[in-house]
Amino acid sequence: MSNYISIASDYLSKAAHFLGLTSGHPAGLHLYLIVAAILFVLGLVACMARRNAIGILIGIELILNAAILNFMAFWRFRGGMETDAATMAGPMMGIFVMILAACEAAIALAILLNLYFNFGTVEVDSVHQMKR
Amino acid sequence: MNVDPASIPVSWQGSNLAFWVITALVLLSAAGAAMSRSIVQAAFCLFFTLIGMAGYYVLLGSGFLAITQIVIYVGGILVLLMFGILLTNRPLQREQKGAGWLYLAAGVIGALLLFGVLARIIGTGPWVEVQNLTEPKSEVHVLGRLLITKYLLPFELAGMTLLLCLIGAAYLVRRRER
Repeated sequence: MSNYISIASDYLSKAAHFLGLTSGHPAGLHLYLIVAAILFVLGLVACMARRNAIGILIGIELILNAAILNFMAFWRFRGGMETDAATMAGPMMGIFVMILAACEAAIALAILLNLYFNFGTVEVDSVHQMKR
Repeated sequence: MNVDPASIPVSWQGSNLAFWVITALVLLSAAGAAMSRSIVQAAFCLFFTLIGMAGYYVLLGSGFLAITQIVIYVGGILVLLMFGILLTNRPLQREQKGAGWLYLAAGVIGALLLFGVLARIIGTGPWVEVQNLTEPKSEVHVLGRLLITKYLLPFELAGMTLLLCLIGAAYLVRRRER
């Protein structure tokens, strides 16, 4: 029994070492880029596979968040504020992307409401043109 | 990365644990947001994704962006999405006929291919990383100063865009006289 426990704890410590939990170094650029890529791909799946137009909008939000995460990760690991206090490129791009995402969500919701008033559905397969 | 362990700030001791907790939260909830069957469930999953992204921004050294993320995305865009769902969802969705799995399969296969390309680029790319990162410090005053000096024009343009979008949205959903 104690044998199993020691094996399990050995694996756990190896996993912790692999994940960087023991070294104390912060997670590196690659990890953030991979996470952003996964988010982007999931947003793409939502855009391609969803039929509900709001689902497509959710996919677009995921893609925009992946973009902001990339901007922030590159900004941080190229020096962040120590070398970039004059432009603050990462947070600035994040702020502007968020502003445009808000615009996009407002306009998209307005169009979707019009679609719903006209057709009674927001399933993109059954709406081939925007007017009756 | 060969960094002297003594140079690592104390406040980073838990940052890797935080990174993985946030990563688990973000990836699981993003998968739910992308592939959950119910659109209301997808919106709730998106809520957790957005909160987790705010955590990433804190780890990456911009607390202001994290707060902005929560205020704008969770407080604005997600509420807008929920209103859209509530206004357009019908209680009795009729059964969609045919080929739903085809779209899903095509989307998943295409996305996996694209992810392969991205992962290869990320794995091989010559990314230049700064060694000996220092601890993030407060950046709000720098951001505020830059927004009214260097970024004044984009800032004003973004404000005008937002105003025009709101007017346009209100115009699009106005009640028409028939």
